[in-house]
Amino acid sequence: MGTLQLEVVTPDKTVVSTAVEMAVCPGVEGEFGVLPQHVSLLSALKIGGLRYRIDGKDEYVFISGGFADVNNNVLTVLAESAERAADIDTARALAAKERAEKRIAEHADNIDMTRAEASLQRAVVRLQLAQSR
Amino acid sequence: MPSLKDVKMKIVGVGKTKQITKAMNMVASAKLRGAQARIERFRPYAAKYRDVLAELSSKIEGDAHPLLAEREEKHSCAIVLITSDRGLCGSFNGNIISQALALAKEKQAAGLTVSFACVGRKGRDAIRSAGYEIVMAYGDRMGSIDFSLASSVAQEVINGYESNIYDEVWLIYGEFVSMGSQPPRTLCLLPLKTPEAEDVDGEDAKPRCEYVYEPQEEKLLAELLPRYINVQVYRGMLDTSASEHAARMAAMDNATRNCNEMINTLTLLYNKTRQASITSELIDIVGGAEALKG
Repeated sequence: MGTLQLEVVTPDKTVVSTAVEMAVCPGVEGEFGVLPQHVSLLSALKIGGLRYRIDGKDEYVFISGGFADVNNNVLTVLAESAERAADIDTARALAAKERAEKRIAEHADNIDMTRAEASLQRAVVRLQLAQSR
Repeated sequence: MPSLKDVKMKIVGVGKTKQITKAMNMVASAKLRGAQARIERFRPYAAKYRDVLAELSSKIEGDAHPLLAEREEKHSCAIVLITSDRGLCGSFNGNIISQALALAKEKQAAGLTVSFACVGRKGRDAIRSAGYEIVMAYGDRMGSIDFSLASSVAQEVINGYESNIYDEVWLIYGEFVSMGSQPPRTLCLLPLKTPEAEDVDGEDAKPRCEYVYEPQEEKLLAELLPRYINVQVYRGMLDTSASEHAARMAAMDNATRNCNEMINTLTLLYNKTRQASITSELIDIVGGAEALKG
């Protein structure tokens, strides 16, 4: 079984650029797997972990939402921020989680609830991924 | 005739200025390298984003999204102006600002109210003194630009556009073309013009395969479009920052050269003054000796 090219790009750098055996993306309408020779696809992604397999080993990348584009056996993931599980800063994620929880608990009128919830979700997913590495 | 000491002091002074401009040139060139690297790293993202959006928008006809629709009656426009925080970079900021003011005047003549959103201190100060309304300003942020800053600027104008506060949004920044050329660039942010697919008739012209979209095209487009504004604003910031450093390098290089020139002329003057004083001393001595003889 062949491989497909996986590219994870963010505005600041290309996080992953490698040939993989398969990838599982956190789509907005549920997770979906991408195998080599997948049909062309464009999907929105939610906050979550992207899993891909190289030489039978699973690797994880954190994605803060974005888009996945599959075309010509290349899977390109466009995300505003992304990092490999090994690069996740646990302390920072933990601090972000506490901050977001505090904000939501306070329920002040002057804060953006959706933003606080999104940042909480990012922190939680980051921590999950960091533990699974 | 200036005294010998005056000229000497002046030479020392110019020499010190030269040291400063030379150091600034080197700092700017180091920063430019960093800024260029960031543009380089951003390019794959921007290019891919463009492709995806072009692909998607070619599938959807007409004004499928409010951000794409040109409004028939326009009452107000916003101008996002990106300049540097600091001067000493030649006419770089001046060019951007004068282009912004020209656009503002043009829009006012067409009967629109103009408000500004400024990133960078130079632009903010100039717009303030020109008397236009500033709805938001980010000073001292050009040294630490990131995507979230671009997002918050973009989000602000999108909100304004969607709630009909603005009917048009423009972006003005210093485009980084090359080391020697950083012209101001004006870009219409909203209503959004979707990018055309590139190299359609190149070798990529093979029949387009059918895409699977998830969720439906319209929803995807609604997600993609606002973020495309972020991408454009971020690009403007990165370009302005690289251009600023390039412009400063050129300006400081010029200044260093002028200092050298000045030192040369002053040294010439110094030698002339010195000779003149020796000559006059000699004349005194000779004159005195003649007087004694007689």
